[in-house]
Amino acid sequence: MTSQTESSVETHAGDHHHEEGFVKKYLWSTDHKMIAKQYLFTGMAMAVIGGWMAYVFRMQLAFPGEAVPGYGLVSSAEYNSMVTNHGTIMIFWVAMPVLIAAFGNYLIPLMIGCDDMVFPRINRLSYQVFLLSAIVLIFSLFVQGGGFGGAWTSYPPLSSESQFNLQPLAPSLWVIAVALEFVAFLLGGINFIVTLMNSRAPGMKMYDIPMVIWMIVLASIIFMASVGPLIAGAIMLVFDQLLGTSFFDPGNGGDPVLWQHLFWFFGHPEVYVVLLPALGIVAEIMPVFSRKKLFAYKTVLYTAIATGIISFFVWAHHQFISGIDPRMANVFTVTTLIISVPIAEMMFVFIATLWGGSIKLTVPMLWALSFVAEFMLGGVTGIYLGASGADIYFHDTYFVLAHFHYTFFPIAIIGTFAAVTYWYPKIFGRMMNATLGKIHFWGTIVAFNFIFIPLFMLGAAGQHRRIYSYELFPELAELQDLRVFATKAMIVMLAFQSVFIFNFFKSMFWGEKAPMNPWRSSTLEWTVPSPPPHGNFAVLPTVYRGPYEYSHPDREEDFWPQDEAPITNG
Amino acid sequence: MSRPIATTRSATGIPTGRLALWWIVFSEIVIFGGLLGSYIMHRIGHPEWAYDAIHTNTMAGAVNTFVLLTSSLMAVLAHQAAERGDGKRAAKFLYWTVLGAVAFLVIKGFEWHHEIVDLGYVLTTSGFWSFYYIAAGLHGVHVIGGAIIMLFVAHDAKKGKELQRVEYIGIYWHFVDLVWIFLFPLLYIAK
Repeated sequence: MTSQTESSVETHAGDHHHEEGFVKKYLWSTDHKMIAKQYLFTGMAMAVIGGWMAYVFRMQLAFPGEAVPGYGLVSSAEYNSMVTNHGTIMIFWVAMPVLIAAFGNYLIPLMIGCDDMVFPRINRLSYQVFLLSAIVLIFSLFVQGGGFGGAWTSYPPLSSESQFNLQPLAPSLWVIAVALEFVAFLLGGINFIVTLMNSRAPGMKMYDIPMVIWMIVLASIIFMASVGPLIAGAIMLVFDQLLGTSFFDPGNGGDPVLWQHLFWFFGHPEVYVVLLPALGIVAEIMPVFSRKKLFAYKTVLYTAIATGIISFFVWAHHQFISGIDPRMANVFTVTTLIISVPIAEMMFVFIATLWGGSIKLTVPMLWALSFVAEFMLGGVTGIYLGASGADIYFHDTYFVLAHFHYTFFPIAIIGTFAAVTYWYPKIFGRMMNATLGKIHFWGTIVAFNFIFIPLFMLGAAGQHRRIYSYELFPELAELQDLRVFATKAMIVMLAFQSVFIFNFFKSMFWGEKAPMNPWRSSTLEWTVPSPPPHGNFAVLPTVYRGPYEYSHPDREEDFWPQDEAPITNG
Repeated sequence: MSRPIATTRSATGIPTGRLALWWIVFSEIVIFGGLLGSYIMHRIGHPEWAYDAIHTNTMAGAVNTFVLLTSSLMAVLAHQAAERGDGKRAAKFLYWTVLGAVAFLVIKGFEWHHEIVDLGYVLTTSGFWSFYYIAAGLHGVHVIGGAIIMLFVAHDAKKGKELQRVEYIGIYWHFVDLVWIFLFPLLYIAK
């Protein structure tokens, strides 16, 4: 405890001017803010690649057999490779690095009031391993036989035997890339967890921690607890691919369903690994722009913990038609329906936070509100799929595809835009253009619904996923209009992203200079200059109250910074 | 590089390094848990694997269990010396621990050589041998990694630097030991 009081009065020596070379500053930095930016920009670049793949395969579906402008003819192998890598990239190289690694790195030290992560060099190593994993994945797209095409779930035997996938190298490179990415997030996760546990500002108690920090750290713990079996599975899969073992080959005493268990034991908690940070971001933005305390802080926290625990008992709802015991299907139906309760509760908490607030429809607030609206559609359609009776019909159709895009799009895309537009002034020191931000918002949200509502209809009509061309299915071919409509909506949505990219880079250099606290928020990151200097705080803060003290009746100012010392009467 | 103030804080009262180490151990437990869980489920489903398991050398496994447990004792003695601030003595016990690791690997090497070359049981012979080589191999990689890190820790400890790390590498070493305590009955005793 002595060391804590000492460090709180200690001023940071990092304020003096650093003359660092380009490599040291941008590529070899141990500063959490620079590592966060590295993750953010890498994630954005990967999102462009993933989006490009979606454009190509949607064009093939809408206009089968015609050359795609900017790409050319799409072969069936290329189609498989693109849907596989689109899914892989969007989850492992966009959602996770941006929501968890970029914002976790940027926000944890700033919001809990310390100067850096506890292990800055491990933090740097985490990004370097992550970058290597991205390079391996991109490299795998160009090897002989093309990129891996066995779906992002990588079920054996399609993923394990080259006699089926006709790809000598790409499946192994894909597994290795994913495994490296896991290593990067284990390194980063240990850093996040220990930093929050040990390095909080003096006075910051359990319920004074901003919700987004809780959520990112809980997500890191869930990730760590769920990924181990899949790492073991990845080792077995690579051995099956390269050394001829038969862990997943039923002809030689193996079991392909074992992979499905190992994959989904990780894969379902993974949904919550990316969902919780997005919920945390929404929980930060809503109180600020309704000038009200977050409704039921403790309920949100314990609900998130409960969600994390229940998420380990639902995985087999992905395997209802994989030959599992029907009695097990009943059990997993029940657990899956149970997990919708805490998530529904979160939605009510957000609505209650808005209730009676003075709501300002800024760009981040629009994104936060749309998160609740769109995610609710994703959650509600999940109930159909969680019930084994309905899922037997819906399994592997576009209904499933539309459902999880209605969850992952709000998480990975809306959550990211909410976070970027909200913290942009802090990260880059300039304001984004609000008009362009609103144009981008409406263009994206409207187009998004026009993409995926038709896909729900196609799925309900029986259209299966992972089909190269529906021309060969007479009863599905007549639904071509819906496919064309969805594809056109997607092109509109992608076109609107150029507004964001323009706004993002233009504001970075020519935007209006951001003040220290443009949104009048009460959390600690807004008490330092924008952008924060090396070492963050001139004097490390002490915390006196919770993070959401808005519109307190005894105060003139409608927000109450966490580090403002209470006035003592004499 | 100077350490950030964040590293020196301890809101939980547990030193940062030790806290991180427990999380590393936790993440390793789920990796081995997934592997051994898969093995146990398969073993139950394949009673015929008993015909393979009968060929593992229980004696060699028992000796290796003894070797690892002894090396763990050396790690405890190193920790005790480090607590008293005696870096030289701590380093000496760490070198004994590393020697235990080397002995373990040498015995393992003879064992595998016999199984692969003389008996012809290789990775792809059957599901049992696949699990046998992968589980023991992954454990062996942890033994090698731990021993290398231990040499670095001992090198510093000899000069009286970073003595807290003697305890941390000891925790890791006990974990590696514990994994073997699970592997030994699962792969050698269960015939």
